[in-house]
Amino acid sequence: MADIAIRWSKFWRSFWINEGYIRVFSEGLKNTLIIAVVGLIIGIVIGTLIAAVKVMPKYKILPRILDKILALYVGFFRGTPIVVQLLLAYFVIFPMVGINIGSINTCVLVFGLNSGAYISEMMRAGIQSVDPGQMEAGRALGMSYSVTMMKIIVPQAVKNILPTLGNEFIALIKETSVASFVAVVDLYKVFTEIGTSNYEYLIPYLFMAIIYIVLVMLITLGIKIMERRLQKSDRRN
Amino acid sequence: MIDVIDLKKSFGKLEVLKGVNVKIEKGDIVCVIGPSGSGKSTFLRCLNCMEDPTGGQIIFHGVNIADMRVDINLHRRKIGMVFQQFNLFNNKTVIENIMLAPVHVGVSDLRNAKLHNFFLPLTNMFRKKKNKKSALEITQTKAQIKEEARKNALHLLERIGLSDKADVYPSTLSGGQKQRVAIARALAMNPDVILFDEPTSALDPEMVGEVLDLMRELAEDGMTMVVVTHEMGFAREVASRILFMDQGVILEEADPKSFFESPKHQRTQEFLSKVL
Ligand SMILES: Nc1ncnc2c1ncn2[C@@H]1O[C@H](COP(=O)(O)OP(=O)(O)OP(=O)(O)O)[C@@H](O)[C@H]1O
Ligand SMILES: [Mg+2]
Repeated sequence: MADIAIRWSKFWRSFWINEGYIRVFSEGLKNTLIIAVVGLIIGIVIGTLIAAVKVMPKYKILPRILDKILALYVGFFRGTPIVVQLLLAYFVIFPMVGINIGSINTCVLVFGLNSGAYISEMMRAGIQSVDPGQMEAGRALGMSYSVTMMKIIVPQAVKNILPTLGNEFIALIKETSVASFVAVVDLYKVFTEIGTSNYEYLIPYLFMAIIYIVLVMLITLGIKIMERRLQKSDRRN
Repeated sequence: MIDVIDLKKSFGKLEVLKGVNVKIEKGDIVCVIGPSGSGKSTFLRCLNCMEDPTGGQIIFHGVNIADMRVDINLHRRKIGMVFQQFNLFNNKTVIENIMLAPVHVGVSDLRNAKLHNFFLPLTNMFRKKKNKKSALEITQTKAQIKEEARKNALHLLERIGLSDKADVYPSTLSGGQKQRVAIARALAMNPDVILFDEPTSALDPEMVGEVLDLMRELAEDGMTMVVVTHEMGFAREVASRILFMDQGVILEEADPKSFFESPKHQRTQEFLSKVL
């Protein structure tokens, strides 16, 4: 018990008295959230576009070629660990082509591309779960395939897959802990530094775990609220 | 208005339409009847190229819309369609369902006109003097387009007696109400013709009447309609012409009186004796 008290006082010194908390929130948490949130948004955009191409009728040559290319993309990002993708991008590809967009932007981009691959599969299932009559009605009114897709089909598909999208966001939040591989100061990095400052890791890492859990709980709650709001169109009133 | 010339449609090896020839004039009310699987729906869906014909021509306002090179979306704006399963947009309220296409068309035309005018000085540099194009007139703002579509939609809702349902979602409507909204949605585009594919077949019997009444009103207002139906009473009373389809061809074409009273073909007689 005394042991815990000592550990706690050590942690408290570096976290509170030496103002470690400032770094936790203004850098660690901030970077973690930026990577996860912006990554998710990029992922949703990419995933939706890929899914829209995938469900296109395939009697023209262009969609067929696109389909093959996209299959390669999805195969690569789902087939390799995200750490590998991150290291490849940061240490190999970007230096090779000679551009430097910074480590956080690299993370955002890689996480976006990665979740785009996963979300495309979810979105395709979502789109296919929408009654084909909806597309027919849109087309019969003279709206194009893509307009009907974006205005009618995708909103309904998103609603259908909202829980799965929530899971993807949760997975993304947790996966961001590999960002420190490319020198991003995320939650994991900050708490490791706090631990290193006085060789006391137990409480910092527990604290980190609690922050992750709170984040995940908040997301879960947010999804629930969104679901309830979107169900308006299902209910009689 | 629509000239169907030797229309053919196959699904793989299955030849569903085997050369259909029909002329649909302005103000016509054409009812298509026939046994299940004879190709009625396929015929109707070919008229606005929801199914691409595999042979023949569909001449609409002088243009062969079966030709894959025409912009079919432009022509579909003027051909309304009403489905057996209503197909109202689930994620839109009733009034949004009716406004969506008119607003989309208006806004995208506006955007195209603006783009055209913006690039006009540039594109005109490459045209000879007598070929130079002039700027397109822009008469409405986006807000005005929306306002006009809303007014028109409210007017249509009043006409179908559903003004109080403007802001509810389709899932809260009865079948008959859904189909009336679907008809209003088609009307919102001011189509030249409306295609109906068994509009009352998915309805509970007590709701068939309200939909048929609305269609009757449209007919009286002079709307051109092509109706695939099993409602023989409606066909007899409202149609200006009956097409009897069997095995992918139009076996008999006649006015309702002679069709129901003195059918020529034996197949027609058999069919009528079953359904009447
Ligand atoms: N998309 C399709 N792919 C393959 N076959 C089809 C397709 N659509 C229709 N068919 C076939 O074409 C034939 C005619 O179908 P269609 O729906 O036009 O008949 P119908 O006269 O409307 O019948 P019903 O009165 O039952 O609605 C049927 O044998 C049907 O199985
Ligand atoms: Mg049918």
